[in-house]
Amino acid sequence: MTIKILNALIAVVGGVLGAIALYYLLNKLAELLPGRWEDRVKPYLYLLPALAAIGLYLVYPTFQTIVYSFANAQSTEFVGVDNYVNLLSSPSFQSTLFNTFLWILLAPAGTIVIGLLIATLADRLRPRGEKLSKTLIFLPLAIGGVSAGAIWRFVYAANPPNQEQVGLLNGIVTGFGGEPVNWLQLSDFRFNSLLLMVMLLWMQAGFAMVLLSAAIKGVPTETLEAARLDGAGEASVFFRIVIPQIRTTIITVFITVLIGVLKTFDIVYVMTNGNFNTNVIAVDFYNQLFTNNNAGYAAAIVVMLLIIMIPVLVFQVRQFRAEEAAR
Amino acid sequence: MSGTQAVTPTPVQVPKQPVSGVTRTKRRAGPEVGGKPRLWVRIVMAIICLMWVIPTLGLAITSFRPKDEANSSGWWTVFTAPANFTKLTFENYAEVFTRGNMGEAFVNSLAITIPATIIPILIAAFAAYAFTFMQFPGRDLLLILIVGLLVVPSQVALVPLLKIYGTLGLNGTFLAIWLVHIGFGMPLAVYITRNYMATLPKEVIESAKIDGASHFQTFWRLILPMSTPVLASFAIFQFLWVWNDLLNALVFIGPGPNQPLPIALNSLLGQQGQGWQLLTAGGMFTMILPIIVFLSLQRYFVRGMTAGSV
Repeated sequence: MTIKILNALIAVVGGVLGAIALYYLLNKLAELLPGRWEDRVKPYLYLLPALAAIGLYLVYPTFQTIVYSFANAQSTEFVGVDNYVNLLSSPSFQSTLFNTFLWILLAPAGTIVIGLLIATLADRLRPRGEKLSKTLIFLPLAIGGVSAGAIWRFVYAANPPNQEQVGLLNGIVTGFGGEPVNWLQLSDFRFNSLLLMVMLLWMQAGFAMVLLSAAIKGVPTETLEAARLDGAGEASVFFRIVIPQIRTTIITVFITVLIGVLKTFDIVYVMTNGNFNTNVIAVDFYNQLFTNNNAGYAAAIVVMLLIIMIPVLVFQVRQFRAEEAAR
Repeated sequence: MSGTQAVTPTPVQVPKQPVSGVTRTKRRAGPEVGGKPRLWVRIVMAIICLMWVIPTLGLAITSFRPKDEANSSGWWTVFTAPANFTKLTFENYAEVFTRGNMGEAFVNSLAITIPATIIPILIAAFAAYAFTFMQFPGRDLLLILIVGLLVVPSQVALVPLLKIYGTLGLNGTFLAIWLVHIGFGMPLAVYITRNYMATLPKEVIESAKIDGASHFQTFWRLILPMSTPVLASFAIFQFLWVWNDLLNALVFIGPGPNQPLPIALNSLLGQQGQGWQLLTAGGMFTMILPIIVFLSLQRYFVRGMTAGSV
C-alpha cells in the first residue's frame, strides 16, 4: 500500500515536473529558430501536448471505432454492415434503443422542470433557508453513480411478502396494508426505467437548479415590477417574462443533461445491469464488449450513439461560433 | 458529473451574481417583500428537501445498524423503536475494511485520482494560453474541434484503446487509467480555461509585451496566477469525475488488486441479500471524500459551472 501511495506521489511530482521541463524545452526549441519562425512555430509547440492527448485518446480512437464497427467480433475481418443489420433487427437491441429514446425524451426535460421549480421556490425563502435547501439538493452531484446505486437500493428494495421490508417504498406500501412490489422488475410501460430516471433526476436537479437560479436572479427586477403593476399574476410573470429571459440557460442545461443521459452507464449497470427491459445503449455497449466479447457489436453501438449526438454537436458548435462573434 | 459527466459547462449567459444565495444584495421585489415567505412555499420546499435527503439518510443510518437488524427491518424502525438507537455500532465499517477490501480500494482511488486531476491542469493552461493570446493559422478550426469533442461520448474511444493497451501490456495499471482520464478530460479543461483567459484584461498582456516579456514569462508570471480560479474549478470537476468513474475503471483496470472504490462497491452491490450492512458502510466510505471536497470547495465548483464562459 505504501508503494501505491509513493507511486502516485511520484506520478504527481514527476508528471508536473516533467510537464514543466517539457514546456521549457519546447519553448527553448522555438527560440532557437530564426526570427519570424519562432513566432510561427511557438503556438503549435504550446498546443502540442494537449493536442497529442486529445488526438491519441479521442480523435484517432473515434475513427478506429468506426472502422471496427464494420469488422467481426475479434476485429480480424471486415463484415460490411452486418453488425448494424444484426443489431437493428434484434428485438433486444430495439428495446434498448427504445429505452434510450425514452431517457432522451424524459430525463433532460424532467430535470429542467424540477430544477426550475426548486430554483423559483428557493428564491422566495429567506437567505438562510435558501442556502441550506440549495446545498442539500446540490449535494447528490458529488455522489457517484455507484454510491447512488447503494443509496437507492434502500428505496427500491423488495423482500418477499412474509418478511419485513427493508426498502423504503415497500415499507410505505406494506405500512398501508399493501403487498410489496418488486419495483425494478416492473417493466409495464417501462415503469422501472422511469424509476431509474428518478435517480438521475435526483443527482442532476441540483446542477439545473444552480444554473437556472443564477439566470432567474439576473432577470431585471424593474421588468418584473412593471408587469406586476400592470396586473399580471405570478404565474403569467413567470411564464411570459422569466422563462423567455432565461431561455439560453434552459437550453444549455438541457444539452448538458442530454449529453449526460446518453452516456448514462453506472445507474443502469449498477441497479439492473440492463435486465427487466431497462437496457440502454451505454450498458449494452459494455456488455457486448466484455460479456459477449464482441468488439464489432460494441463499436457499432457507439457509432450509433455518435450519430444520435450529431445534432447536439452541430448545435453546440453553432452556439459557440455565435458567442465568439459576439465577444 | 455524477457518474454521468453531465457537469460539462457549456456556454451560458449568466450574469455574475451570487449563486448559492449567500450574499444576496437586494431582495427580489415580490409579494413576500418584508414579510415571511409564504407558508406553502416553505412547506413545498421542506418536502422537496426531505425527498432529497431521505434516501441518503437511509443509507447513513443502516450503515450503523447491526447485521441482523439491517437485514430484517427497515432503517426507519430506528425512529419508531427508540431502543434500537442504543444498538447502533461501528462494526460494519470495521468489517468492510477487512472483508470488502475497501481500505485498499480507497488507496487505489487516491492513487488514480490525484495524478489524473493534477497533471492535465498545466497542459490545458498552456494550450488555452496559445488559443487566447497567440495568432496562428488553424486556430479557430482547432478550437471548434475541441468544442465538438465536448459532446462526443468518451465511449467511442474505448474499444481501440483497449486493444492498444492490450498489445502494450498496459491494462490493469494505474498508468493506463491516468492517461485515459488526462485525454478524456482535456477538451473540457482547455475549453473552460480558454474561455476564462479570454475575459482577462488584454492591456495586462500588452504592457507585459512592451516591457519585453516573452510569451513564456507572461504565461508563468501573469496568466497562470490570474487563472487559478478556473483551474481550481476544473480540478474539482475532474476530481469528482475520476473518483466516481465506474466505466473506465472497469474497462482499463477491472476487479483485482488495483481496483478503485466504485468497483469495490459494485462488487458489494452484487452480493446483495446477505450483506446489506456492508454495502451501506462501503457506500458511505466511497462518498465521504467527494462530499467533503464538494462542500468545502462548493464556491469554486458553482463558479466553474456558471462560468462555463464566465
